[in-house]
This record gives sequence, C-alpha cells and structure tokens, in this order.
Amino acid sequence: MSHRLAKLFHGRPRLQVGALLAGPVGWLVVGYLGSLALLLVASLWSVNAVSGELVKSLSFENFEVLFDEPVYRTIVGRTVLIAALVTITDAILAFPIAFYMAKVASRRTKAILVVAVLIPLWSSYLVKVLSWRNMLSGGGLIDWMLEPLGLSGPGYGNTAVWLVMSYLWLPYMILPIFAGLERIPNSLISASEDLGGKPFTTFRRVILPLAFPAVVAGSIFTFALTLGDYITPRLVSNNQFIGNVVFNNISNNLPFAAALALVPIVVMIGYLLVARKLGAFEHI
Amino acid sequence: MRLSRQSTILLRVVVGAGLAFIYVPLFVLGIYAFNSSKILEWPPPSLTLEWFPKAIESTAKDAFWTSIKVGLVATAIALLLGTLASLAVARHRFFGRETISFLVVLPIALPGIVTGVALNNTFTQVLGIDLSLFTVIVAHATFCIVVVYNNSIARLRRMSSSFEEASADLGANTWQTFRHVTLPNMRSALGAGGLLAFGLSFDEIIVTTFTIGAGEQTLPYWIFSNLFRAQERPIVNAVAVIVVLISILPVYLAYRLTREEGGPAAVRGRGQRVEGGGVETAATAAP
Amino acid sequence: MRTQHANTARTAWLIIGGLLAVMLLFAGCGSSDDDSSSSGNELQKIGKGEGQVNLISWAGYVEPEWTKPFEKKTGCKVNNKVAGTSDEMVQLMRSGEYDGVSASGNATARLVEGDDVDPVNVDLVPNYKTVFSDLKNQPYNTFDGKPYGIPHGRGANLLMWNSDSVTPAPKSWNVTLDPSTASEYKGKISQYDDPMSIAEAAVYLKAHNPDLGIEDPYELNDEQFEAAVQLMKEQRSLVGEYWSEAEKQISSFASGDSEVGTTWQYQYFALKGEGKPVAASPASQGFLPEEGATGWSDTWMISSEAEHPNCMYMWMDWIIEPEANAQVAEYFGEAPAQELACDKTANPNFCTEYHAEEPNFWKRVYYWKTPLADCGNGNEDCKDYNDWVQAWTSIKG
Repeated sequence: MSHRLAKLFHGRPRLQVGALLAGPVGWLVVGYLGSLALLLVASLWSVNAVSGELVKSLSFENFEVLFDEPVYRTIVGRTVLIAALVTITDAILAFPIAFYMAKVASRRTKAILVVAVLIPLWSSYLVKVLSWRNMLSGGGLIDWMLEPLGLSGPGYGNTAVWLVMSYLWLPYMILPIFAGLERIPNSLISASEDLGGKPFTTFRRVILPLAFPAVVAGSIFTFALTLGDYITPRLVSNNQFIGNVVFNNISNNLPFAAALALVPIVVMIGYLLVARKLGAFEHI
Repeated sequence: MRLSRQSTILLRVVVGAGLAFIYVPLFVLGIYAFNSSKILEWPPPSLTLEWFPKAIESTAKDAFWTSIKVGLVATAIALLLGTLASLAVARHRFFGRETISFLVVLPIALPGIVTGVALNNTFTQVLGIDLSLFTVIVAHATFCIVVVYNNSIARLRRMSSSFEEASADLGANTWQTFRHVTLPNMRSALGAGGLLAFGLSFDEIIVTTFTIGAGEQTLPYWIFSNLFRAQERPIVNAVAVIVVLISILPVYLAYRLTREEGGPAAVRGRGQRVEGGGVETAATAAP
Repeated sequence: MRTQHANTARTAWLIIGGLLAVMLLFAGCGSSDDDSSSSGNELQKIGKGEGQVNLISWAGYVEPEWTKPFEKKTGCKVNNKVAGTSDEMVQLMRSGEYDGVSASGNATARLVEGDDVDPVNVDLVPNYKTVFSDLKNQPYNTFDGKPYGIPHGRGANLLMWNSDSVTPAPKSWNVTLDPSTASEYKGKISQYDDPMSIAEAAVYLKAHNPDLGIEDPYELNDEQFEAAVQLMKEQRSLVGEYWSEAEKQISSFASGDSEVGTTWQYQYFALKGEGKPVAASPASQGFLPEEGATGWSDTWMISSEAEHPNCMYMWMDWIIEPEANAQVAEYFGEAPAQELACDKTANPNFCTEYHAEEPNFWKRVYYWKTPLADCGNGNEDCKDYNDWVQAWTSIKG
C-alpha cells in the first residue's frame, strides 16, 4: 500500500505539497479563518435589545458607537498602553537573565536555570493570578513587606495589572531571547573583543542587533497575551480592558462584541507583519 | 565573553532578583496550600497538610483526567498537522509558502477571547452542533499546531536535505525515506513540540470556557469555578501545588530532548555548534 | 528575492479578498437559523425521569441540602452552573445546553422574546397551588396570559457595612450614592457589577430629587436616565470593587478591602458565619434603607430546548415543596414563594421577619426588570436594555 502511494507521489512535487498541506491548511483556513470571518460578519449586524435575536441587515452602527463614545477610546488606549509597558518591562527583565543563561552560566547552571524558568509556565495561570490578588490585597504580603519602609502596596488597579502581566509572560520573553543569544557564536564575540571592543561596545554593536529579532519574537507573546486578557484585569483591578468589554457584550450584543474584537485583531495582524519583517518568525 | 568581576557580580544579582520575582508568588501559593485558615490572612496562623488528601479526593480528580484526555488528543492532532505543514514548507517551494508561517501563528497571536467566541459561534450557530469535549479538543489543537510546527521546521531546516537525497539515490521511495531518514531525526523536535503543546492545552482557560459542554470540566475550568468559593480555596491551592510538582518531570524531559539539538525548546539553529554529538554543519542551506 | 515578495503580496491579497468575499456573502444572506425548537409548547404529561437535569442558578439556590433528597427521590442527577449576573444566565440559556434557570425579572422577558423558554403547564406542578398569590400572574413571569415559570422566592438588595468601621449605622443609601457622604469610604465601596445598578441610582433619585419625576426606576426617559448615570459616574472614583461573583465580595469584605455596599443575604450570612463584623439594613426596619431598594423575584423557567423536561418539571415541583422551599429560603435569606413553607422553617418567625406574607412591604421593593423602550407611558422614549448596557460600560470607564 505504501509503495503504491509512494509511486503516486514520486516526481510529482505539487501533489506531495497538496497532500501535505490539505489537512493543516484546510483546518486553519476553513475552520479557523472561516470562523473569524463569520464572527466579523456579525459585526455588521445589530441585535434586538429584548429577544437577543440578530438583526441581519448591514449597518455600521456598531463602529459608529465605537468611534463616538469616548469610553471605548479610553479602554483601547489603556489596553494597548499596558500591553506596550508589559512588553518593555519584560524585555528589560528578561535580557539579563537570558544573557546570563546563554553566555555566562556553566553547563550545569544553564540546565538548572532553563528548567527553573520553564516550571512557572506549567503552573496554572489562574492560580498565579489569584496568588497575586492575595499578595496585593490590603494587608497582604506586599503591604506587609513595604510597611517597615513606610510605604504601601499599589493595591488593585492598572499598576497591579501591569505587575501581574509582566510576571505572567516573563518566561515567554526569556526563552526566545535565550535561544537567540545561544545562537550567537562565541567566536563573533571574541572577534569583537580582539578588535578592541569593550564589553559594553560589544554588547551594543554586536550582541544586541543579533538578538533583536528574538526580542521581537518574545514581544509577540507578551503583547498579544496582554491585549486580549480579561481575567487578570477582572481579578486585580476594576478597570475595563478590551477583553472585558468584549466578554460583557457577547451575550446580549454579539455584533457589538465582534466589532470591538476587530480592534485587537487588526492590531495583532499589523504587529505580526512588522515582526516578520524584523525577522522574528525565525525565533518563535 | 570576558566580563569584569563587578559586571559578573552585578549580573548575578540581577538574575537572582529576577528568579526571586518569578518564584515568590509560587512560594506564597505553596504556603497558602498549607494554611490552616480558610481566610487569606498573612502571615498564616498555622500550617497543616489536610488540604492535600482532600484535593486528591475532590472533583478535581475528574477534571484532571479530562484535561489529560483533551491534552493528549489535541497534541496528537497538532503533531500530525504541524508536521505535515512543516514538511511542506521546509522541503518544497510553492505558491503561498511564506504565508503558512503567518497562518499557523494566528490562533495563538490573536486574543483567546476572539478565538473562543469565533469558534463557539461557528459550532453552535453555523454548524448547529453541541459543545462538548470534542469541540474543546478541536479548539486546542488549532492553537497548538504552531508550537509543533515551529519546533519541527527548525529541525528540518537544520537537517540537510542531502540525507534525503542520498536515501532517494539509494532507491528508497518517498514514504521509506520519510520513515527511515527524516522521522528519526525529527523525533526529539516532535517530542519537545508535543510536550509544549500539551502544556499549552493543559493550562488553557479562555478558549476552553467558550467551547466546553455543560457537564464537562477541564482542570483550569474547575479551578476557575472554584476560585472564589471560600470553602474550596485551600483545596484549589493544594491542587495547584500538586500540578506544579507533577509537571517538573515533563519540563525536564522537554529540556533534555531539545538539548540534544543544542538549545531549549524554542530554538532554531543556524550555525549552532552542538555539544555531545550530532552531525551539524555551521552553515545550513536556507530554505 | 523579488519573486518571493511578489508571491507573498499576491498570497496576502488573495486571502484578504477571499475573506472579504465570504464576509459579504454571509452578510447579505445571513447564516441559516438552526433553531428548530417549537415555541409556546408546554409539556402535557410528565413521563419518566431522564436521569439528569442541567440547571443555571444564583449562588446558594441549588445546594446539596435539598438536591440530595431530590436526586434520591427522582433519580435525576442535578448538574448546576452558578452564574453571577442575569446576562450570564441569558447567554447560557441561549446555548441550549441547559434545562432550566432561576431567572430574575431582568432576564425573563428576554428569554421569552428570544424563544429560549417554554410556558409552564402549572397543572403538572401540584405545589404551585399554594404559592403566594401575589407572586402569580406577575408581569415578570406571565406573558401573553400564560405562566412561564415557577416562583422561587424574592428578596431585596441589601445595604451591608462593616460595623467596626462604618459608624453610626447607615439608614440611607447616601452612604454609597451621595458623593459627599460616600467620599468618607473612598476605595472601600463595593458595587454590583451589572447595568441594574443604574436602577439603584434611580431609586435614590426618586426619593431625593422628586423634580425628576421618576416613578419606576426601570422606566426612565432621557433626562432621568442621564441623572442616574451621572450619579453612578460620580460614584466610580469612590468604588473599591465592582463584584459579580458573590464569593468575590465575601472575600473582600472578609479581608477589609470593602467596608460598605450592595449585597445579597447570601453574602451577609456567609460573613456572619465566619465571624466577621458585618451588619445589614436591619430586619426591624424592613430590610430597606429609607429610600426603598431594588430587589428580585426569581422564577424557575424551563428551556425550550430542554433535553430533560421531565426531570425539570420534577425539579420545579420539588423546589416549591414546603420543606425544600423553607430550606432554600433560610439558606439564602429570602422570602419563600411557598405559603406552606412558613410552617417548616427552622426559625418560626422567619416568614414574619422576611415579610413573606406582606404584599404591601414588597411595594417598596423594585424588582429587577428588563428596561424596554416601550414603557407603557404612551411615548416610546424610555431607555432600553442596550442603552443601559452601553451606559454601564461608560460608567465603569
């Protein structure tokens, strides 16, 4: 049987490609993209306030509301801003750790560190957020630690969301940067030093540019995951993020939720295209 | 790289602080799992082991096995589809090749709520099928494909196609080449990809919320339902601690599997020198 | 290189074009409605139990104390999903995966309009005969002259406060709604996260701003609505937490993060049980601060796509059995729907304390209701539910 199949495919690269891709592409394009398209179609409809029935006539009403009501601009702005802050924070935190792991640590330490960074990825997201919620509450761990210094913790709010998200997605930033740094041959670094470069110069002009695509790759995750999250904002703040408003509107106003959902979709597709140009796709 | 002594010490301090940041909340979680009081006081009044047996007996057990089931099937599907796609992209040229990588990463790059609502809408409104574990598995497989695909394609790119050509020259057909030459070399990449995919599926909550049927619960869903119930909270903490402890083994495995290629799970190597064997060339042909 | 880029661009445009085409195609004709269930059909006869029943309910409504005896008696295993808001309940019911729901007044009209529930054949529910008469044939459970559900119980939304930190004991909602009084508790106020909270502002304004002419806090014209929304916007900066899960509020009152706010009896009992210093608008005052309060009268409704209708009818009859209804009422802390339950309560004065038998008391409680544009005043200028939801998003910011 396998002989027959092999003969069929032999010398027919197009057929091979077709057979290989039929499954994945079929699944992704028809199943996933198709679902997205259907959802976005719904954004052009509206809904009967009482029965919840979809009124399937084309209108841009939902988008008008999104543009006119200032609260939605506030919410989108807040979400994008925090996503950017989280990305920058994680990049700054992750780089030294990844650098140490890739270039300075001994083999054994490296192994331990990699496992140490990966383990939090496997602890439940929900429980980590709950742990932070406890730590941030009045009289919780953070207040207790800062008390001797005469300070108090940030409590719940945007700062809390920024803190918790930076915490949650840090491993997603460390790993690609670590991989990218590992790939820089030590010979390049030695060459730079031989040519007279001080460590900082070497870092700035050799290591950083080579590692940059990896940083961008990591940023895809930190940015995307923050952009769409609604559970963390709900647990450690009272503020609404894009995900919260989408979630709140799904039941009684699906078209409006779909319209709002377009915003992170457009933002992420744009982000991905830029990231690809910067070479990040080699590093995911 | 040669760093001055001060720089090295400074770096060590920063790394230490980073690790502390990562692990303090987990330790706090651990302490709460032993907290005798149900209310979240800090510091805890006394410690007890009573929550752990309760956790093992509770409904978390069913949820745990459901998660395992879903994870295994979703990973299997992702392995299949991810490998197929990576083979096509790494070994052939065709119209639309560049877009495949983009397409594959979309389910994981778009917000979970978008994926969840879109799939829910399709299942219930368009296809008219009931939500169930099947729909959850479909959803999970969709965003797990990218993890397998990336690991697999990294491996394929490093693996010079000259081996496959040699095999064909020696008279093997396509299938035999795949089975005896390509697949064995990809095994560890697939293993790592599979483990990561499983991990993703095991911890997923948002998409799951929108695609799960009425009577079913995965472990994250169970945790979410019990998150705020004061009676259950210590048990939830205990369950979480147990999951973390159990997961140390697969994490270590994943690392070992990819270390043979010379890098951690997410690596793609170009010009990477490998320690401990493996036939690598410093310059691999770019696809 | 050039060819690669050209290929990419072409691919991208092809995909986008394809998606647009699909979109327009579907937008034009719309996807087919899969709703094949018949509406307006009540069960004629109760057959054998199907072995399980899937319910959606408020926290504290479905507890082992009365589900275990039910399961034993009927063989119907109870699977319960707790929801925090009526919106959640409506959404879950629309999925068609559940048999029944304990719906409040701001969900019932929507479920009926959306054909998500069927009328109830009350002849098949023997215990219905002895339900309090002022719970029957109400606008929130009777539509087109047909009963659409079985009353569960009713209650008022309470004002709860931490008796150690909030003194003297408040008698009015001004402690959470009047910016000057409430500012004392800035960051410690706990407000229900649902558009229905706008009605709380309306109730407050009805008493304190009579010029606005508010009669029914759910039937508001532009001016009245704006005033209520404005009041809630001013409250925003003072609120410490918007809660939708009962347990979330319990934990924040327990930790001291919240000190005063709207609540249900369920949370009050839970906190009292943990020994926390909380107090709620006292029973002697009639459970209500001086302006009155919003409240709810809940109804069990059966899904039009129920897979286990027999078990659902058995459940509806069971929950208003005198003993079960008494247990439910005392556990949650609400007035029972079943007259005969008053003889079965552990606390002999329960029904008196909760005004179960006093229709006049409930006239000061404004049950949750779906705001409709056509509010029966001749004009159709009342704000509808979509307006309320939009406004609530703007209020929370």
